[in-house]
Amino acid sequence: MDASLNRTSTAGVVARAQELFDDLSFTAAREWKAAKPGRKVVGYLPIYVPREIIHAADMLALGIVGGGDQLEVIHGDAYYQSYICRIPRSTIELGVSGRLDFVDGMLFPSICDVIRNLSGMWKMMFPGVYSRYFDVPQNYRDDVGGNYYVNELAELRHDLGELRGAPITDDELRASIALYNENRRLVRELYAFRAQKPWQAPAAEVYLVLRAGLVLPVEEHSTLLREYLAAAQAEERPMRDNCKIVLTGSFCEQPPLNLIKSLELSGCYVVDDDLLLVTRWLTADVPVEGDPLQNLASSFLHHSESTAAKYEPDEKEKGQHLVRAVNRSGAEGVIFAAPSFCDPALLDRPMLQHVLKDAGIPFIAFKYAENSGQMQPIREQAGTFADSIKLWSGA
Amino acid sequence: MSTVINTPKAAAKEVLKDASMVKQKEMMAAHYDRLTNAPKTGAKVAATFVPGNLNELLMCFDLVNNLPEVNAIQNGLRRTSGGFVLEAEKVGHSEDVCTYVKSDIGMMAKGNLAPNGEKFPNPDVLLLSYTGCFTFMKWFELLREQYKCETIMLHTPYMGDGKITPNMVEYMVKQLKEEVIPKLERVSGVKFDIDRLREYLKKSVKAEDDLVWVLQSAKNKPSPIDAYFGGIYYIGPIFGAFRGTDDAIEYYKFLREEVVERLAEGKGPVTPDGDMGKEKYRLVVEGPPNYTNFRQFWKMFYDEGAVVVASSYTKVGGTYDFGFRHNPDKPLETLAEYCLGVYTNRSLPMRIEMLSNYVKDYEADGLLINSIKSCNSFSAGQLLIMREVEKRTGRPAAFVESDLVDPRYFSAANIKNRLESYLQMIEQKRASGRAAA
Repeated sequence: MDASLNRTSTAGVVARAQELFDDLSFTAAREWKAAKPGRKVVGYLPIYVPREIIHAADMLALGIVGGGDQLEVIHGDAYYQSYICRIPRSTIELGVSGRLDFVDGMLFPSICDVIRNLSGMWKMMFPGVYSRYFDVPQNYRDDVGGNYYVNELAELRHDLGELRGAPITDDELRASIALYNENRRLVRELYAFRAQKPWQAPAAEVYLVLRAGLVLPVEEHSTLLREYLAAAQAEERPMRDNCKIVLTGSFCEQPPLNLIKSLELSGCYVVDDDLLLVTRWLTADVPVEGDPLQNLASSFLHHSESTAAKYEPDEKEKGQHLVRAVNRSGAEGVIFAAPSFCDPALLDRPMLQHVLKDAGIPFIAFKYAENSGQMQPIREQAGTFADSIKLWSGA
Repeated sequence: MSTVINTPKAAAKEVLKDASMVKQKEMMAAHYDRLTNAPKTGAKVAATFVPGNLNELLMCFDLVNNLPEVNAIQNGLRRTSGGFVLEAEKVGHSEDVCTYVKSDIGMMAKGNLAPNGEKFPNPDVLLLSYTGCFTFMKWFELLREQYKCETIMLHTPYMGDGKITPNMVEYMVKQLKEEVIPKLERVSGVKFDIDRLREYLKKSVKAEDDLVWVLQSAKNKPSPIDAYFGGIYYIGPIFGAFRGTDDAIEYYKFLREEVVERLAEGKGPVTPDGDMGKEKYRLVVEGPPNYTNFRQFWKMFYDEGAVVVASSYTKVGGTYDFGFRHNPDKPLETLAEYCLGVYTNRSLPMRIEMLSNYVKDYEADGLLINSIKSCNSFSAGQLLIMREVEKRTGRPAAFVESDLVDPRYFSAANIKNRLESYLQMIEQKRASGRAAA
């Protein structure tokens, strides 16, 4: 990090976040682990795991979202056919190349069949690592899906307690919930601020600051968020004549940072998105009093984000989260950006587009891979979309 | 026990059909008639999936079962799926996703005709048995958007740790009691009778016993059946709309008798060109077949004397060969365990163990994987499966690629080439084995 930059400026905060983003060896997480004997690190894939339980076991929750566009995938490609998305192969690459050799456990959330099967591959390939497919209910009744989920959480709590060598107490869980509540509040605040003044908080910066939360302890990440918010609010930055858009479909394999930058350069302010959903999956504070697992379960069932990996039991509600995101953020359109071969995003897309059409919200769609290098077509498409909104929308 | 039937599309050539084949054809025809006549008869229709299908439960409500996967397969075999897939892509469905879904959506757009030429009725209920395949969830959300009918989710947890836990079974039973059954009662107007369910489950067991016997007959040398290409016909009734019926019992009884006869005569499998010649290679196959060029694909095998002695695909609608049978004494729990145990709901290590054991138990020469472009549930991880099974069994494995019902992804020359190379590899392995001995 440039020593001349301090973290009272956006540039300083972003430089720190960029440094973490660029580091494919996860040095910060390694240093955290090495700082105290007995510390453990548990990795997790998109889209959601209850990080509170990992934290309560005194462990670092490490978000793994693939290898991005800077990782050369050599071994990973030998495990996957050409028609499978990129994130599992770069994750395998991270594992096989030793970049995750300090990780003591891995959680594979229920998101799609590729990540599901990766959980079994991990068990085979890294037998010394605690590895778990983390299933979540698709039934949202407290007495049905809720009971199942509480028991799943209890199992995870038990396993991580064993990994630590001491059971996780309710008070430890409550303390962690409080810390993550605070972290999510800050993320929500940042998103609200960006929606209001997107020129003050460019999408690529917000992304980097959020992404830092995947490798930093939650306490440090909350500090970083506060610093960025304070700096972004204090600095005056020029406002461009951009349109405002919601970016959707990018909840698992991440787009290259250049893609996010390209959208804004081509005239689209990103005012909401589904990147790194884990940072704000639970949409309201989890109660700190009472049974912590019940509280986490109840929050998951009743106060969590909508995304393609979740079943929507009410047909009328299908896609309404996107309409609400548009209305809440003042967006003028939606950009569907999905990774190639992403079943959840691509199967969901036609239904969401029908909802947007009915609501009179313009949209465009394209695909990417985490290592996409050519941004010109995306710039052209997004630029044309922005122009069409500016020139032809009712506003 | 054989009957000669002239099929309409092969008028110039007589196809020899066994009694079981005749029976199955009649059953399928009657089922499609029952379905397409539903608007006239007033019967209510439930659409659901093959893996985790709850046929016995649906029958308790007098619901007629419609399986969109089977319709897509029919369209693949009849070579109409390609146009349907394109139709779906034209209206915005991605080229990257499941072609069963796109065939189904395209078929709806093009009149929604059943194999008997009549229009499929709109379903009264979508029973979303979410078992072993992520796409199922989106598929029925897409259908719900079209049909605007009641949709019931039954979530089957994945066996990530290689075991069925009490929590999983309790969750599923609770869903059955609190969600599935009350909603099926509402849609059908029929009150649930658990004793009726028990009776159907008893019938399921009989058919399951015979199916397992038939599939395991492939342990004989020569194998009297092909457990992949032929196996797909054998699983039809039990994986479809007939589990729990007298028809299924009768079908599997016929089939078993035929296999007994073939065994006694030392015959190999029946193929579309008649009895297969000398068995030269015994293979285990992982993954679904290609349906648009099904016979051409099969012919590549039997022309070379390659018989498939075990396959994972014939376990996708239920895994019975490790002892599971529907248990009438625990009717809801058994439905849960059935769903949990289907092949695609098993963890990757379980699949590897199963395939390795098949190679050993059926004395196969090796494993062949047909990797399906648009089926991530099967395909993701298959390259690791291949290497691991090779390592554990010491027998060679190979990989071919195609798709379920999208003819664009069937490259006959490529597959034939790879298959022939694989069989040569087996020959070399045998030769080196002989030399070492």
